[in-house]
Amino acid sequence: MIKETAKQIEERFGKMDIKIPINEIESRLEKLVNEFKVPAEEAHRSVVNYFLKEYNIPRGDFYTQDGEASTIKVNEITTDGKWVNLTAKVAQLWDNTHESIDQVGLIGDETGTIKFIKWARAELPGLVEGKSYMFKNVVTSSYQGRFEITMNRTSHIEEIQEDIEIGTVDVEFEGAMVDIQAGSGLIKRCTECNRALIKGVCGEHGKVEGTYDLRIKAVIDDGLIVQDALVNREVTEQLTGITLDEAKQMATQELNQEVVLEKMTEKLLGKYYLINGPRLDRYILVETVSPLPPMEAGKVDALLAELEV
Amino acid sequence: MASQYSREVAHRVFAQEFRDSDLSFKDSNDQYSPQYLLTPTGAKVNRMFIVGTLTEKEDIGTDAEYWRARVVDPTGAFIIYAGQYQPEAARAIAEMEAPAYIAIVGKPSTYQTEDGNVLTSVRPESVHIVDEATRQRWVAETAQRTMERINNLNGNSPDATKAREHYNTEVSVYKQMLVDALKEQTQE
Repeated sequence: MIKETAKQIEERFGKMDIKIPINEIESRLEKLVNEFKVPAEEAHRSVVNYFLKEYNIPRGDFYTQDGEASTIKVNEITTDGKWVNLTAKVAQLWDNTHESIDQVGLIGDETGTIKFIKWARAELPGLVEGKSYMFKNVVTSSYQGRFEITMNRTSHIEEIQEDIEIGTVDVEFEGAMVDIQAGSGLIKRCTECNRALIKGVCGEHGKVEGTYDLRIKAVIDDGLIVQDALVNREVTEQLTGITLDEAKQMATQELNQEVVLEKMTEKLLGKYYLINGPRLDRYILVETVSPLPPMEAGKVDALLAELEV
Repeated sequence: MASQYSREVAHRVFAQEFRDSDLSFKDSNDQYSPQYLLTPTGAKVNRMFIVGTLTEKEDIGTDAEYWRARVVDPTGAFIIYAGQYQPEAARAIAEMEAPAYIAIVGKPSTYQTEDGNVLTSVRPESVHIVDEATRQRWVAETAQRTMERINNLNGNSPDATKAREHYNTEVSVYKQMLVDALKEQTQE
């Protein structure tokens, strides 16, 4: 019984190229089972965990590696905990937020983009923005309702010559605009990096003069899902009827940049819109937006018919 | 940086169902954990979106302004309270004239009277004037969402189960409410 379990454990670690002397496994199992009366299953688990710690292997790597990873496209990632292969280009590298993360950013293929996290302990080669790679054995996961992939020590990354075209898939969303967030309306951007300034300060370049821009960070809600939307200057002008020049004038007259936001909020909030554009992280980058009609023809009749069954 | 916090959905609930709601709770004991109100058809509401007709408003504050407003939909009325902690909403209500179509994003709040009745009201985050088209769309949408909840009420989602156990929900009452609300739309 103990011999069998020991053999299993030895083979399982062997698959990860880790050789553990079988008598060491056996003696640990024996001690737990015979001396301390631990049930066989618990003993198995405890011994495996001991060696995982000893060899510094993440539990996730050990327990989910069974089965072949399938090769898929970015937009086919719809479940978490799956091992997949992707061919994709590095679209963006983001600022690293944690020491356990080596690199983080966005990769994409012709079907869309997805966030990736490359763990520091995975010891994988560095990725370069704009280059394309074959990512083997990466894991899908979901975080706050969005999918992402993680690259761990069993993953494999190979640079490829082919230049992958990152596709943007437009999505549609309709709902009521329930909030317009701070940092909307008339804003200033850093002339160096185009980042929005907060109180005249750029996160990267400190206090700068900046240039004016219009944008709206809106929250659209259909009663089931909350969708963040970013509206750029062009679409903002169309939607609100306020041009950048007019906005600047309004702000100068009132000596207050916030009046623009107030005007826009007054006009837009609480109304229904259909937005359309590519999805980026938690945002839809709005390319077109249109007010929705009172309701689609036949909708009320259809609802009534369903109720009166 | 992406925040850890994910925003609560603004649920669509008719006034009649809102008035019938009296089960409010938190998911954990943490003082910052959000407060929810569960409605008879199983909406677990921390935020709601309402469009209706402002019919009455009154400043009932003694020192500072404290506005009470009545907002009517096809099934009944919502009571809205806005004071110093909802400065923007309070100012907006102060400037409005009834009757008007308004849209409200707000949080449900409950009050238990001495004889044990639970009264529901809404603390607005924002209040804005809208048009009749928006109001029509809201009625149709709220009917749709309510119907979806009714259809799921016999399922085993935690919210549906809890709603069934607490309210012993009489589905036909709410179906009739939807029929009445929608019929009003077809007559316009």
